[in-house]
Amino acid sequence: MDAEQNAGRLEQTGCSILSVPQRFLQRLGRAAIGFLSAVGRLAEFTGRGVMHCFTPPFFPRLLVRQLIDIGYYSLPVVGLTTFFTGMVLALQSYSGFSRFSAASAIPNVVVLSITRELAPVLAGLMVAGRVGAAIAAELGTMRVTEQIDALTTLSTNPYKYLIAPRLIAGTVMLPLLVLVGDVIGVFGGYVVSVYSLGFVPGTYLHNTWQFLERGDVTSGLWKSAVFGFIVTLMGCYNGFNSDRGAQGVGAATTNAVVSSSILILVFDYFLTQIFFTVIK
Amino acid sequence: MTPKLELRGVYKSFGSNHVLNGVDISIEKGKSLVVIGGSGTGKSVMIKSVLGLLNPDKGSIKVDGVETTTMDLKERDALMKKFGMLFQGGALFDSMKVWENVAFGLVQGQSMSRREAQPIAIERLRAVGLPARVADLYPAELSGGMQKRVALARAVATKPEIIFFDEPTTGLDPIMADVINDLIVAASKDLGATTLSITHDMASARKIADNIAMIYKGKIIWHGPANDIDNSGNPYVDQFIRGQADGPIKMEI
Repeated sequence: MDAEQNAGRLEQTGCSILSVPQRFLQRLGRAAIGFLSAVGRLAEFTGRGVMHCFTPPFFPRLLVRQLIDIGYYSLPVVGLTTFFTGMVLALQSYSGFSRFSAASAIPNVVVLSITRELAPVLAGLMVAGRVGAAIAAELGTMRVTEQIDALTTLSTNPYKYLIAPRLIAGTVMLPLLVLVGDVIGVFGGYVVSVYSLGFVPGTYLHNTWQFLERGDVTSGLWKSAVFGFIVTLMGCYNGFNSDRGAQGVGAATTNAVVSSSILILVFDYFLTQIFFTVIK
Repeated sequence: MTPKLELRGVYKSFGSNHVLNGVDISIEKGKSLVVIGGSGTGKSVMIKSVLGLLNPDKGSIKVDGVETTTMDLKERDALMKKFGMLFQGGALFDSMKVWENVAFGLVQGQSMSRREAQPIAIERLRAVGLPARVADLYPAELSGGMQKRVALARAVATKPEIIFFDEPTTGLDPIMADVINDLIVAASKDLGATTLSITHDMASARKIADNIAMIYKGKIIWHGPANDIDNSGNPYVDQFIRGQADGPIKMEI
């Protein structure tokens, strides 16, 4: 304690000697170092987590439980989100496109928007809220109550036991969720177009299929695999490194959701850019 | 004879906070050492350094004469099988039933099947005075004293050679604390295990210790047989065991 107080005093007196620009530089430097070390810690965590996904022992029971938790139980959320998104897409594009008599393009607009962009991103964001938060809260509580330390003392690697099953489940399940969401989203657009905008069912479905290419769907699925990895990774990272106490767990949960949501949007742009140049 | 566990000059700092300033302890095989000291004196950090949950900055930690601070992952895994640990809050896995908690080390560490491990877990629970019907409950459904018993059963289930007890009686009423102390003594005697405990509960220290050491500001300032604790001739120890506010130890608030 003495040493800490001394250090604090030194720091304070040290500060007062510095001029204003020097102090600004000092703060900037400290922020930069803090940021870089945070990136480094996350990179190290990611590397370890991924490595333990591929090295035995594996925990199939835990993996199955995570597959169900992350995948199956997210179905209602993802289904509802994409259903209403498909419906509103049809309505919005109708009011726009009918002005220059392009209403017949609505099936294409709906299916392309859903498969390429909206289903992956919206499913990713919903799963970030549902799964990312739950993972961070669970692992954070385990950290605070020393359950993670207890795993180590019982000859079990916490990366293998806690992190790897979640990373695998997130990366595998989100594409499956998005595939289901694609179908439901297109169905939502179909319902609105047929029952309220007066489209002929057969024509609508025909137009939906006509211009759809495999790349439209697979690019969305690849994106969602990355999003699933991001969501579970940020949930695990923030929970695993949670600070003590209820406040620490709360902060970990918030950070997990906010950081994974932002990363999803950032990665969405760059992945789309890549797919844009590769498959158009 | 080489000591079972030996720490020499162990240092650990967190930033400018120097928690351990050269800790030296050694425990003979089958003996029980209790380290006493106030809150924030580095007791928990010391145990976590031995367990490898924290890496000390400097110094040597030897188990059976083998240096552990430089071990790779594989050697560390093998070493962990010699250890058992009772955490302060129990640290029971709340997503698992009581028997699964107790059987955890057997199933994961010793690759025993769940079917084989269950009766052993129930037997271990009986040894700490818990009936078989408790086995299928979840930790959250148990009282604090029962949770401590389960945690003890889990810590000794794999028959470790060295057991660590982190504040084993904290948060228990005096009678339950004494029951836990008795169980700790019985379990360690049964296994012939070497034990390292940390506590600030003097009643507990007197009951389970062969030797007592006092830690203050990250250093061992006194150590000796448990019987000598009342005649240590050390003003710090005297103040601590009598629980007096006045003395050489100043509480930092």
